[in-house]
Amino acid sequence: MAIVTLTIDGEQLSAQDNESLLEIARQHKIEIPTLCHLDGLSDVGACRLCLLEIEGSNKLAPACTTRPMEGMVVHTNTEKLKKYRRMIVALLASEGNHQCSVCMVNNHCELQNLAYDTGLLYVRVPYLYPNKVTDASHESFIIDRDRCVLCTRCVRVCHEVEGAHVWDIAGRGIDCTIVADLNVPWGSAESCTSCGKCVLVCPTGALVKKGESVAEMEKHTDFLKYIVTARRKGEWISIENEEE
Amino acid sequence: MPTSTITINPVTRIEGHAKITIQLDEKGIAQDARFHVNEFRGFEKFCEGRVLWEMGGITSRICGICPTSHLVTSAKAGDAILSVTIPETAQALRRIITLAQWLQSHALSFFHLSSPDFLLGFDSDPAKRNIFGLIASDKEFAKRGIRLRKFGQEIIEVLGSRRIHTPWAVAGGVREPLEPAKRDYLLNWIPEAKETARLALDTLKKIHVKFEKDIPNYGNFRSLYVGLVAPDGALEYYDGTLRVMDGDGNIIADKVNPSDFHEYFGEATEEWSYLKFPYYKPLGYAKGMYRVGPLARVNICDYIDTPLAEAERKQFKALAGGASVVNNSFYYHYARLIEILFSVEKIEQLLQDPVTMGQNIRAKAMINQLHGIGASEAPRGTLFHDYTVTEDALLSRVDLVIATAQNNLAMNRTVRQLALQYLDGAKVTEGLLNRIEAGIRCFDPCLSCSTHAIGMMPLHVQVVGPENNVLCDVRR
Repeated sequence: MAIVTLTIDGEQLSAQDNESLLEIARQHKIEIPTLCHLDGLSDVGACRLCLLEIEGSNKLAPACTTRPMEGMVVHTNTEKLKKYRRMIVALLASEGNHQCSVCMVNNHCELQNLAYDTGLLYVRVPYLYPNKVTDASHESFIIDRDRCVLCTRCVRVCHEVEGAHVWDIAGRGIDCTIVADLNVPWGSAESCTSCGKCVLVCPTGALVKKGESVAEMEKHTDFLKYIVTARRKGEWISIENEEE
Repeated sequence: MPTSTITINPVTRIEGHAKITIQLDEKGIAQDARFHVNEFRGFEKFCEGRVLWEMGGITSRICGICPTSHLVTSAKAGDAILSVTIPETAQALRRIITLAQWLQSHALSFFHLSSPDFLLGFDSDPAKRNIFGLIASDKEFAKRGIRLRKFGQEIIEVLGSRRIHTPWAVAGGVREPLEPAKRDYLLNWIPEAKETARLALDTLKKIHVKFEKDIPNYGNFRSLYVGLVAPDGALEYYDGTLRVMDGDGNIIADKVNPSDFHEYFGEATEEWSYLKFPYYKPLGYAKGMYRVGPLARVNICDYIDTPLAEAERKQFKALAGGASVVNNSFYYHYARLIEILFSVEKIEQLLQDPVTMGQNIRAKAMINQLHGIGASEAPRGTLFHDYTVTEDALLSRVDLVIATAQNNLAMNRTVRQLALQYLDGAKVTEGLLNRIEAGIRCFDPCLSCSTHAIGMMPLHVQVVGPENNVLCDVRR
């Protein structure tokens, strides 16, 4: 680990070289929009909303998976980036079936908030209206793939925190879809512990609790930091298991 | 002159899109008339595969005027599927919001949409024959009407946090209880609302005298009447069982559980309209024509359990002369105003009942039945939501029987009666056509989710000959 100095939006900063540009920016109260990132989970750079401009590079780089380098000059909020972010949200909106007004997480949805934050007033590209499968076979939860943005937070929380790895991605390109176990109905996925972490970390209404009505469900991810911190400290883990 | 067709398209000051066509013979005399609903929605189909708990939110989007009726009826279908008895507080609160829906919708129908015809005249300038013209002519009357509607909307907002498309009623009960301060706020509206209901009734009685000659032509025919009544025969709006009465006042079916609706009623379709034609099965299609809504409800109930509205109901019944049923569709307006008065009185009673202030408002359960029917009285008549679900709570079949559809045969009959009366070969005038539209407005049909901007809608009437040659062109 080394300390590097860099410039973000004109502000000269020093940071550890094993931190991501996103972490560094947030430590300094510089806001960068994110969707697939969640504190406590690994980063995959999937949604591309945290893209940055780095001077000297002709490519845009995701803040969540890019490390700082000595002398780096970073811009987080240029007109070009604003336009691209708006376009990303528009594309996400167009390739699913996001009917906010009848969604369980209406008014509590990260995708909806991103649309407001990025100033998305209309979607220029044609909507695809894909035919997605809603799976309500689990006794407590529903996955409505119409509202999935493939951020993979559910996949990562299940694998990295719960350790069950129920969820994964099947298919390629536009046909990518979240599947339980080897693409079985969620209710018959033997690996599922029904812990509900995937539902809580899902940024949209793709994963919801049964019985919640329109605009009723609020997600919270606070639980994640307690689990992650406890694990790091070795708390709540039986000594017997530790020794093994 | 060859045979021709007059088309009134769109029909104005109703909720939704529709047109009227009138067939004329060689002498220009009306032979037939039809009321076509030319909008397609598709809710029953695209709800398939959705989740039960979304249905209140989705189906309330059917309409911007009566979303609360769809919400409550959907919640009732949900109650049936969950097999729960909802807490008594939830039921009292749902009753209040159902009446609030009646109040705001009925006020809209009478003050905003229909009264301009009566108070400004059927032949008055169409540019002014609307709520704005009414404001210019009688500001106080119009203002009172607007405020009465506002009261209904305020109740919906207080209970459901928003006026239009609240998701507050859910399968199992409601989402939020009523706070005492908000109850008191609503009670403060009651005296003014009662006064306005009284004023509207007094005004309508003058209208009855003014249009004495016209009224007998407004859909004056015998038909069946269908609606919910309370177990003791009182006027019902939220629960109860179905009663079917014929045009002579004979009760031909009673205590019918709304979930047995399909045994008694069928739905026919016609190529020329997207609106289905429900009918009473034992009499067959067309003969089984029935009317729902205010006229039906006030006709079929044994009494109204609030004093002021009951006194008016007795006067209403007297309009039938020696008979026991009022068969004239014009008196939908009268029945609607009686229901406004009833709603205000009943809301006051319910708000003062301690049960309303309870905190136990929601029963929770998962899928216990795969089929459930919810029914309630929407402003325009009995509304049914019939859902079939999978064990996972996904909808596999949706059947929505809407009040306006149930009046479809009767609306067509009314249009025909008016066309035959007013179009006798003389020149087609805008005022005459407006009388035919007014026949439809008696029923206050709600054809879609939105009300069009009042006074902005162009009326285009063409008399078209057999070779599509335009014989007469009237624009508003």
